[in-house]
Amino acid sequence: MGKTLAEKILSEKSQGDAHSGAFVVAKVDLVFAQDTTGPLTVREFQTSGFKRLANPEKTVLFLDHAAPSPNQQLSADHILLRQFSRQSGCLIFDVGEGVCHQLVAESLAKPGDVIVGADSHTVTAGALGAFATGMGSSDVAVAFGLGKTWLKVPETIKVVVSGSFPEGVSAKDLALHLIGQLGADGATYKALEFGGDSVVKMSIPGRLTIASMAVEAGAKVGLFPSDEVTQDYLAEQGRSDHYQPVSPDADASYEKIINIDVSRLEPMVSQPHAVDNTALARQLKGIEIQQVFIGTCTNGRLEDLAVAATILKGKKRHPDTRLIVAPASREVLLGAIEAGYIATLLEAGAVILPPGCGACLGLHQGVLADGESCLSTANRNFKGRMGNPDAFIYLGSPATAAATAITGEITDPREVM
Amino acid sequence: MLCGRAFKFGDGISTDHITPGRLAHLRSNLPELAKHVLEDAEPTFVSRVRAGDLIVAGSNFGLGSSREHAPLVIKKVGVSAVLAKSVARIFFRNAINLGLPVLLCDTDKINDGDELEIDLAAGVVKDKTNGSRLTFKKIPEVMLRILNEGGLIPYIKKYGDFRL
Ligand code: SF4
Repeated sequence: MGKTLAEKILSEKSQGDAHSGAFVVAKVDLVFAQDTTGPLTVREFQTSGFKRLANPEKTVLFLDHAAPSPNQQLSADHILLRQFSRQSGCLIFDVGEGVCHQLVAESLAKPGDVIVGADSHTVTAGALGAFATGMGSSDVAVAFGLGKTWLKVPETIKVVVSGSFPEGVSAKDLALHLIGQLGADGATYKALEFGGDSVVKMSIPGRLTIASMAVEAGAKVGLFPSDEVTQDYLAEQGRSDHYQPVSPDADASYEKIINIDVSRLEPMVSQPHAVDNTALARQLKGIEIQQVFIGTCTNGRLEDLAVAATILKGKKRHPDTRLIVAPASREVLLGAIEAGYIATLLEAGAVILPPGCGACLGLHQGVLADGESCLSTANRNFKGRMGNPDAFIYLGSPATAAATAITGEITDPREVM
Repeated sequence: MLCGRAFKFGDGISTDHITPGRLAHLRSNLPELAKHVLEDAEPTFVSRVRAGDLIVAGSNFGLGSSREHAPLVIKKVGVSAVLAKSVARIFFRNAINLGLPVLLCDTDKINDGDELEIDLAAGVVKDKTNGSRLTFKKIPEVMLRILNEGGLIPYIKKYGDFRL
């Protein structure tokens, strides 16, 4: 019987015949932690009795969640991680480099890899054809030491995407639509595998947006085949040698197949406090928004800032609506400066945050007040997510965010384009 | 045998309810972080929970972040097991890795405050308050071995590698 993408990659990395339902020990090609999960990972690595990392050059720490640190406790955590990097020889991306998942996509992940990260959005690298999944600190500490992990080979839900995106509709709307349809636990323990004509045409940034949100349906991975688009993306980064084609077999067996025609999609929004609580943006007109946040591993890339800048060019944010923008990496920020997007956004009244997670998880740089509502391009709108359990978070695309910043209420971007 | 009182929670309790991001600065200070466990779901939980008590939740418990601090502080305040209709993948793995049992069963039959008795080996939950008896889903063998060693770190210390 043919194999799904997940089965193919895990067969290769466990040197066996990995069919869904089997338990395998797989070689890990890249393992990482960030600054809010890394300190525990390092301590667990040390108490496990490991003397050295299995692969120091494939072990990475990222200082991105609290970047720069807002308080002395997190500063101390940063020191712990820097010291561990010096002693163990692992790579470290310090404050200002960007969000871990963006950096993994920009310079580390390869098609066919198994990637394990102490962060749930590790799934993002599935966009490049890597079996990338989030785990906790203990699992990651053991992967630091052994260079491998155990996995249950997941069943796969295939998502076949066809059609062309209408103006004002993007990969984010597709992701929200899919999660609304599946539910927040609709793909728990499973792999989501994307295919179809539209996927072949889809840029890597679009694929990254969708893969990053796979976990919001509970999925273990969100996998894309690697193809010419992947090859070009890697070549642009000077990593042509990292390319290999990875695709599912034509006769692979899927638990379920979902067909989505994107030409029929409209701008989508997730309402508080659940990602699967979706509605059409136009149905939510009139809901006032005090803060718009554009950024994160889901939508903080150059293409996202380009969309926002195009809509906001020559316009101003609504006087009662703050506009906060956090580029996902230093490279994104440099590109956005060069293209003039940053100037456009600043002229429109935006605050530009340093590359990193910014306001996404409620640590700093945009904590909401009681009763306030935010329209964010992030992936999660859980109660308390942006630092205040008495605030409300709506999720949408960069276009919806930019349109909302102009009007001060949730707005279908097609109204202002 | 685990015995304790049921603390009931609804569906979709996220890791942000358990250990919110705004408290990330306490993650290297677990005793302090534990004082806020589940604060955003039930502010009085931490003052009422006693050693041995059980969290009894609806579906998709622990969804969201990979932060192992979530099951860590649940365990730290004395909770002896989490019962739920379903649980998010990463939370499940993290809890077992810390030696905290997560048992999947039809929790609708359990009421808040009920006295429960759990036989892990037999796979049975007895509700001593209403007399009902529930069976829970078997934990996969590989995870059971990790749980029986008290978690992944003690397991790796003992065996030095994975044994499937
Ligand atoms: S941007 Fe948000 S979702 Fe992405 S890694 Fe950072 S905190 Fe997590």
